[in-house]
Amino acid sequence: MTARPRIEELEEEIVENFSLFDSWDEKYEYIIDLGKKLPPLEDEHKKDENKVRGCQSTVWLVAAYKDGLVEFKADSDAVIVKGLISMLIQVLSGHTPEEIIQAKLGFIDRIGMTTHLAQTRSNGLAAMVKQMKNFALAFKLQNESAKH
Amino acid sequence: METLTRSELLFDVDTIREEFPILKRMVKGKPLVYLDNAATTQKPLAVIEGLTRYYSEYNANIHRGIHSLAEEATAAFEASRDAVKEFIGAAHREEIIFTRGATEAINLVAYTWARKQVGAGDEILVSGMEHHSNIVPWQIIAEENGAKVIPIPVLEDGTLDMEAFQRLLTEKTKLVAIVHASNSLGTINPVKYIAAQAHATGAKVLVDGSQSAVHLPIDVQDIDCDFFVFSGHKVYGPTGSGALYGKKALLEAMPVFHGGGEMIKEVSFEKTTYNDLPYKYEAGTPNIADTVALKFALDFVKEIGKEKIHQYEQGLLAYATDALEQVKGLRIIGKAPAKTSVISFVVEGVHPQDLGILLDNKGIAVRTGHHCTQPLMDRFGIPGTTRASFALYTTYAEIDALVAGLERSIKTLL
Repeated sequence: MTARPRIEELEEEIVENFSLFDSWDEKYEYIIDLGKKLPPLEDEHKKDENKVRGCQSTVWLVAAYKDGLVEFKADSDAVIVKGLISMLIQVLSGHTPEEIIQAKLGFIDRIGMTTHLAQTRSNGLAAMVKQMKNFALAFKLQNESAKH
Repeated sequence: METLTRSELLFDVDTIREEFPILKRMVKGKPLVYLDNAATTQKPLAVIEGLTRYYSEYNANIHRGIHSLAEEATAAFEASRDAVKEFIGAAHREEIIFTRGATEAINLVAYTWARKQVGAGDEILVSGMEHHSNIVPWQIIAEENGAKVIPIPVLEDGTLDMEAFQRLLTEKTKLVAIVHASNSLGTINPVKYIAAQAHATGAKVLVDGSQSAVHLPIDVQDIDCDFFVFSGHKVYGPTGSGALYGKKALLEAMPVFHGGGEMIKEVSFEKTTYNDLPYKYEAGTPNIADTVALKFALDFVKEIGKEKIHQYEQGLLAYATDALEQVKGLRIIGKAPAKTSVISFVVEGVHPQDLGILLDNKGIAVRTGHHCTQPLMDRFGIPGTTRASFALYTTYAEIDALVAGLERSIKTLL
């Protein structure tokens, strides 16, 4: 079994990528590119119950639990937000519920996204993180009750 | 030597910009291009320094004090009432009630007049382009009293469906609450005509002047509305200032709103009597400083002249409309023949939020989203728009910057 990269290592990769950019224009171009590359969510998942509240744009987020690991899929009608989600998925997907719940996600601040995005949009990002952690918590509780 | 007053001078945007310190700011390393004036306008030195002067020289609680500072503060506060009276063409100074802004003014009318006068089965007509502030207060009262809030539909070009208005206006209609100029579309509504029609069936009329007070000459007696509301911060004044105008007889007959100091004549545990207009509706220590400084904003507008401002802004609107229509995939939402200097648009395949973020990155401040007019967005089948709104200090060069910024942003996003 190959070792899974730790969340902190994945965060570090993103921070390193961002350190190559000189300007915010470049950072945004990169985020937009990530957004465009994120595979679209199947239409069946684009329903109200999968919407993340607290964003100016619409964000859908779904999670699956397989072999002890959580896989996230998401989509948005806004491409910058989609790029941000793509990074969150890159970092959090493929980890155990416990790892996801414990994740500090300091990279968001280190790449300047908390300070750069306006309050409302920043809340959108916070809402996404919260939703992902909620999924992880739900899977964890499911696990525990299955054991009993 | 003969001196010219500012209203006799030609409109010179560069001179005017000198009076707005914030316009010299850099944002994201680029000169600020502030195109979010429909949300709030920037403040001239007259207002900024006026506020400082108030707190440095004559801050005191008003009306009951006997000392000099209290007299000076009271005189300044009441001078602001006279300035508002003149600004909107009211007949009497006691018809001006100071509020925190338009929203509070609408709520005052909802909780006093409407609560008593709009009963079960009655109807309140609003338009489909109202700000939530001119919908929700009526819904609250309607729900309480068993009345209905009915929207007048909006046509494809962003004008009101006047035929539907005639149809919807019945003897059940107790109030027509209508926006003078739409914050999302810029549409200027025929409020004088609407008021005449409404009065003919016995309904009262409230005009939301939040977006019109800054752009159009206002004459409430000519419009003949029963109520008119506006916010100071959208007319170059401080946040937290604003006013309700109501016809004197109506205001006198209406029940009181907030209870407390200032609004009373005599208080006893047996019977409390209320003060005369306008104090009857101004309970507690008001927002003295901001209300005092509101006058300086209105004076600033008056000195330049509303007609001149309107003419200049209409020039900006026409120029920006032409330029934006050249942008590939861009569609302007709201093409009424009479508009204030507000342009809402959508771009094929581009989310407004993405545009807003990228424009901000170029120092350009626009607003994106539903602009607190969700029913209107639903009407056009869109989640929101990008909105650029211009003021008297907006330059043609800033519109060029907006268009260039848009072109580049769209290219990045598509």
